[in-house]
Amino acid sequence: MNDLTLLIPEFLLTALAFVVLGADLFLPDRRKQVLPAIAALGLAGIVAALLATWRGETGSLYGGALVFDGYALVFKVFFAALGIVVVLSSVEYVKRHLKHPGEYYGILLFTVLAAMLMASSRELLTAYISLELLSFGLYVLVSFDRYNPKSNEAGTKYILLGAFSSALMLYGISQVYGLLGTTRFDEVGALLSQMPDPGLGVQVGLALLIAGLAFKVAAVPFHMWAPDAYEGAPVPITAYLAVGSKAAAFALIVRLFVDALVPAHGDLQVVMAVLAALTMVLGNLVALVQTNIKRLLAYSSVGHVGYLLLGVAALSALDAGGSAGAGRGLDGYALVVNGIMLHIVAYAVTNMAAFLCVSTVYDATGREDTAAYSGLASRSPGLAMVMAASLFSLAGLPIFAGFVSKFYLFNAAAFSGLLWLAGLAIAASLVSLYYYLMVIKRMYVDPAEDDARLKLPRLTTALLAALFAGTILLGIYPAPLMLAIEYASDTLLTLSPLY
Amino acid sequence: MDAFNSYVLFALIALPLAGAAVMLAVPGERRLAIRWVATAVAFVVMLLSLYVFVGHTDFGAPRRSMDEFVGRPHVLRFEFQRSWVWLDLVPQECAVAESTLGGYMDCLPGTDGHGIALALGVDGISALMVMLTGIVMFTGVLVSWNVTHRTKDFFVLYFLLLAGVFGVFVSLDLFFLFFFYELAVLPMYLLIAVWGSSTDFSTFVRTKEYGAMKLMLYLVAGSVLIWVALMAIFAQADLGTFDFVALHEYGELPVTFQRIFFPFLMVGFGVLAGMWPFHTWSPDGHVAAPTAVSMVHAGVLMKLGAYGILRVGMGLMPEGAETWMPLLIGLGTVNVLYGAVSALGQRDLKYVVGYSSVSHMGYVLMGLATLHYLGVGGAVLQMFSHGIMTALFFAVVGSIYEATHTRDIGVLEGMARPMKTTTALFVIAGLTSLGLPGLSGFVAELLVFLGLFQTYPILGALAVIGAAITAVYILRLIAKVFFGNTDPSTSSGQASSAGLGRAAQLDISRVEGIASWILAAFIFLMGLLPLLFINGIDESVARLLGAMAGAG
Repeated sequence: MNDLTLLIPEFLLTALAFVVLGADLFLPDRRKQVLPAIAALGLAGIVAALLATWRGETGSLYGGALVFDGYALVFKVFFAALGIVVVLSSVEYVKRHLKHPGEYYGILLFTVLAAMLMASSRELLTAYISLELLSFGLYVLVSFDRYNPKSNEAGTKYILLGAFSSALMLYGISQVYGLLGTTRFDEVGALLSQMPDPGLGVQVGLALLIAGLAFKVAAVPFHMWAPDAYEGAPVPITAYLAVGSKAAAFALIVRLFVDALVPAHGDLQVVMAVLAALTMVLGNLVALVQTNIKRLLAYSSVGHVGYLLLGVAALSALDAGGSAGAGRGLDGYALVVNGIMLHIVAYAVTNMAAFLCVSTVYDATGREDTAAYSGLASRSPGLAMVMAASLFSLAGLPIFAGFVSKFYLFNAAAFSGLLWLAGLAIAASLVSLYYYLMVIKRMYVDPAEDDARLKLPRLTTALLAALFAGTILLGIYPAPLMLAIEYASDTLLTLSPLY
Repeated sequence: MDAFNSYVLFALIALPLAGAAVMLAVPGERRLAIRWVATAVAFVVMLLSLYVFVGHTDFGAPRRSMDEFVGRPHVLRFEFQRSWVWLDLVPQECAVAESTLGGYMDCLPGTDGHGIALALGVDGISALMVMLTGIVMFTGVLVSWNVTHRTKDFFVLYFLLLAGVFGVFVSLDLFFLFFFYELAVLPMYLLIAVWGSSTDFSTFVRTKEYGAMKLMLYLVAGSVLIWVALMAIFAQADLGTFDFVALHEYGELPVTFQRIFFPFLMVGFGVLAGMWPFHTWSPDGHVAAPTAVSMVHAGVLMKLGAYGILRVGMGLMPEGAETWMPLLIGLGTVNVLYGAVSALGQRDLKYVVGYSSVSHMGYVLMGLATLHYLGVGGAVLQMFSHGIMTALFFAVVGSIYEATHTRDIGVLEGMARPMKTTTALFVIAGLTSLGLPGLSGFVAELLVFLGLFQTYPILGALAVIGAAITAVYILRLIAKVFFGNTDPSTSSGQASSAGLGRAAQLDISRVEGIASWILAAFIFLMGLLPLLFINGIDESVARLLGAMAGAG
């Protein structure tokens, strides 16, 4: 008997999305600014519902296709909170540049729903459908600025390559199902670990599955779509693409690896390590020559995906029980999963702040090239400070969130025996520091082309202040967040066949 | 008093940060208020830092030999200890509450992960460095009174930098040591690129953006190596903690491991210490930086590098250190000679001081590499002496530049007449630099030389030659810039005639004068009463070397 009350938050979120879509039909144009308010407050309600309906124990639905554990809960709260930030940071942009706000916010809510389902999925097809729900929403949102040819181009590229990668993944899933007879993560893991040699068919299936996921997170060499899609999309959607879609994909990837792939396939380590190395090196190197700030941040986010993949590779590097060898104290799996989650949150807060600055500058000047940032420090000291702090955080310098999360993640990877790859990741961060500093130089050293001070809308100011505070707070006092993350990784790992 | 003592180190980090926060809240136009806040905070911090050194030191203590400490457990001793758990790496209860480590660790390492703690404490070596930082910080604020461009941002970043520097010297947790190390690097780019100055001789152009970027990338590249080494130590020791004392006593790093990873620390920290061939950021960076930042940078920040080698490298990897020290001493010798010869050929006054820093840091590296009681002690004293001396150099050069708007040695002449106080101060710093007895440099360099002659006599002789070259460029400089052609009516340079007339009214300002005389006072104090300082570091050096000998 399925206990559907577990799905209450998801049902409520679906209802909320329809309410926003529906309200759009009846509201006169001048009243449409209530839509983001409904969406944001609704999402806050979803957070409350998530916490209120949490029973303190793991539940599952539909024969284990969906699982409701602490890991899913923490990610769901994160996605709902991220949704609030994206909605609020969209308000100005949508008002100025886009039509049909109802559809915009409605589809955004559907993607949040999809992300939440991805965190709960423990079965390949359910995961696939959740991922598609997310992707379809994003296809529409990327091309939402429909009178802008760039937005159209971005949407077309994104949908074509997205569909291609979905096909790859689906084919991989069919291989796995055809040869193993199951699509549940834990059963796949159990079956694989009983086979000494899984055979070519299964290996091809898994390879396709991983390639499809690599497409979704824009890992090198499957990253080609990302910069174009980032550049053409409306700025808040670029931010959401960089943060939300990747966080959701990694929520899924980590669960897939912990439940199904790592117990059976320690040798995936090489594949994941190469993928991670290529992604972080290439992403950061190509970012060096970008002059469009959105493309620059796009490649920087490719680099950050590389760091997260480093974590996934580290998971594959560990022995059963989570030690790197003759360990005597620490649990490597917990350390790595914590590191990945911490980095996702830190990266999300930081990147949302950076993109909000980009969006604000775009609203004020209509420009996206880095030259538009010349003299920003004198035109708007606060904005420049938040932007500089975000860039320093992305580069991984203290007192910002990025330092702590990188330190934790890289240290976990090194502890798992991937010291060389962690070293490479740190070297890649050094490269990234250069292009972040070039933007900071523009803001603080170069003279302004136009001396007029920028006026920031009040909502934007408040949101910038909140994200700035979050970036610093995570950087100097991550302990409370770590409690939640440790709880999440604990429930994830106790469910896993690794123990 | 105990409560005060347990918070004093925390205050050294927190006060600059709090000062920065207060200044951030003051409107940027109210420059005077910002200056006074900065001065007051820096003054309090300086007093605290003096207290740390004086309170730490037992001036009547008998001399301790390192042999006393060989083979004994818990040899390292730290004062003013306090620790706050910051992050548990693994959520576990501490099974063992009783502590054998002077009561500051809550858990015995090895049984349960302790994670990361803000663990603070100083021994004699770091206490001396803390005092140096406090002095340079306060005098740096004083010479920055003339900063009028974005005064508020300048002081906020400056205080952030100093909080980082203090943090490194007082942290006993490797995570926080690294955290503060990077925090000290962070504000440098803006401090140099926004408030710095470019060098522009038609044949030799270095923009401040170039200097700032070069400095940042070099230092962060160095920290890449440090970071890798710290992660390796964490994984290898497998104690679940970054605590320095725990790692020192229970880490059990295998010898091969130490031999592989000691060079990471040596080069990583060495970059910041200006170790040849990774020193080139230092003259470029120092020259481009505004006066106060040059003072902090050459005076204190470079010492972070040497301190890192001493604390983390020699503390945790004694056998690795023993293996690699011959290389370090060779590089140190190159530093001394190469820096001194380069200083001979410079045209920009600030570049002379910059290269002289490279040369003097060579003595620090050589002294550390002797692994000899006298040499290491001399290196620590040299860190202090050079810090004070170079801060004075930069302060004086800053006021010359302020007055004449040039630092070109070819143009500057006869400054002794219009700038009497400045000249006196420059001469003091110069004589310290070439090691005149009675001034601090002599004490420190003598000890380094004594240590060297006991271990590597040939290199010791080369080091002495370095001191001789220093005498050449310093005396030549003094003769030309200050006492050459003192008659303004016949001066030949184009800039000097314009500059000198103004310089007549622009001898060092009163505030800068106070700052410079404070620095000069410490030069004399150490030169005349060296025992005050040697007493402070003596036992800690003996303990460190004793622990190293015991491990080997």
